Amino acid sequence: MSALLQVRHLVKEFHQGGWFSKGAVTRAVDDISFDIQQGETFGLVGESGCGKTTTGRCILRLIEPTSGQVLFQGRDLAPLSPRDMRLARRDLQIVFQDPYSSLNPRMRVGAIVGEPLVIFREGTTAARARRVAELFELVGLDPAHTAKYPHEFSGGQRQRIGLARALALNPSLVIADEPVSALDVSVQAQVVNLLLDLQARLGLTYLFIAHDLRLVRQICTRVAVMYRGRIVELGEAEQIFLSPAHPYTAALLSAVPKINPGDRIARVQFDADSFTPQPLREVRPGHLAAV
Amino acid sequence: MTASSDTPLLRVDHLRTVFPLRGGGDAAAVADVSFTLNRGETLGLVGESGSGKSVTALSIIRLIQPPGRIVSGAIHFDGRDLMTLDDTAMRAVRGRRIGFVFQEPMVALNPVYTIGQQIAETLTVHGLARGAAARTKAVAWLDAVRVPNARQRADAYPHQLSGGLRQRAMIALALCAEPSLVIADEPTTALDVTVQAEILDLLRDLRREFGLSLLLITHDLGVVAEMADRVAVMYGGRIVEHGPTAKVFAAAGHPYTRGLLACLPGFDVTARLQAIPGTVPSLGAFPSGCGFATRCADRFAPCDTAPPPDFACGPDHHAACYLLQSGPSS
Repeated sequence: MSALLQVRHLVKEFHQGGWFSKGAVTRAVDDISFDIQQGETFGLVGESGCGKTTTGRCILRLIEPTSGQVLFQGRDLAPLSPRDMRLARRDLQIVFQDPYSSLNPRMRVGAIVGEPLVIFREGTTAARARRVAELFELVGLDPAHTAKYPHEFSGGQRQRIGLARALALNPSLVIADEPVSALDVSVQAQVVNLLLDLQARLGLTYLFIAHDLRLVRQICTRVAVMYRGRIVELGEAEQIFLSPAHPYTAALLSAVPKINPGDRIARVQFDADSFTPQPLREVRPGHLAAV
Repeated sequence: MTASSDTPLLRVDHLRTVFPLRGGGDAAAVADVSFTLNRGETLGLVGESGSGKSVTALSIIRLIQPPGRIVSGAIHFDGRDLMTLDDTAMRAVRGRRIGFVFQEPMVALNPVYTIGQQIAETLTVHGLARGAAARTKAVAWLDAVRVPNARQRADAYPHQLSGGLRQRAMIALALCAEPSLVIADEPTTALDVTVQAEILDLLRDLRREFGLSLLLITHDLGVVAEMADRVAVMYGGRIVEHGPTAKVFAAAGHPYTRGLLACLPGFDVTARLQAIPGTVPSLGAFPSGCGFATRCADRFAPCDTAPPPDFACGPDHHAACYLLQSGPSS
């Protein structure tokens, strides 16, 4: 197995303050490194403000990283010109959290799904229409509905449309940023199963960004836990869930409400004031923690 | 007149709340809901979006915005039918006898008053304290909901507080008039999981300290499992199953409840999730028989005739499903 994506010492700083004052600098992403292997589902978890979404966007250079490297199939994306970066994005696609704001309400859904093909001048008009119909079927939508508008679809169906658009150019890596957290639980399961089916059929690699630890455990092979812009723990999903090594991970897991009384564990408190950034070290083979 | 302590604090009978459809006619967001809440008890009202759980809560305090309206039903609270009260009498119930906690404290709190002022104002409006005494009481309430440095924080505006502290302030506001019932609509949904755990701990402590009765509305089955004594599962404007929380979760009687539990991640980490097919129909598009029939794998002839009544599936445990007609099987 080779690493499809390698993130090396990624840093993203935001400058706060007004137009005339030099404000404080916030490190939203603070020197993080991880690899994603071909064909795996890599989970990036953490609470709001931990930097997980910023990390996903920096990888695609939807926002420019302050420093660090992102190597995709061994090639550093940072020095690419805007034009070359656009070409690279054929292989790196993103599905957003909110299926209501991420689809243009004035475009027909067929045009939304086909837009990447138009941008990359793929095939003839007829060939593109065939590809759009194929993508609709792939994500479980009726190809007869390509002329409808986004508002005519439910949240789960809209997320399928977003997924069809992301898959239009046959990417190898899909960054899924909270793809189901806006959906009802019964619909969540449908979309999660679709993501798993597509991965098996198309050999996709996922970077799955989420705050729902139960879901991450269910579908991810490996997981990185983020806190205040740092990765505090990284390893096989089951290892992290069964024997967390970082106190923050333990606190996070203990805070998840449990359905089954037998699954309840004593609450672990994490003292935020005591947090100091530390380098990751190997606590078990393949299991890293900043302790 | 106060009812004796063995009658339920809240009894909702055949509540029906409708909203007009654009094409004419009405759609029932709450079709026919009946339940009771005993003193000191926590009842979890769970359901997906569009199930009618929030409309049920707003109907209880009669805050349904026109053109929506309550068509029928009775809401007995502490011995009185709230449906028969005039607006003045109802205002004396809201906030004073029934407190509410909303999902989004940033929306529910007034942005131009400090949280101390807002709590003091509530105390003044209900004639419980005024002036400096109200201010002192406000600080005491912030302290009671474990807001650190309550005296200083009382002077903070809502935007100056973190999400967790804002929700604590909201809870202080709901409790300050010492209501006997608190309705909490998705009180932790907007919060991070560690903050959610703190707020749930707080609600548990307050419940014990003040003997609160709590109507907890949520979509999160985990929150219900940890908080509620009894649970009522809503779907399509009706309660499809209700009973003691542990019983309902261990041996659900309704296919919808079973489906909801099975589609949660973590149920079986080695397998695919078991999705419920289809989506919740839009308001007004529910089937005329059992509302869940179109998504149910166990659908059979009676399901399309009329909404199923409650059938017993255990002590104090009922589900509205024709499969149970012949008594609890398996």
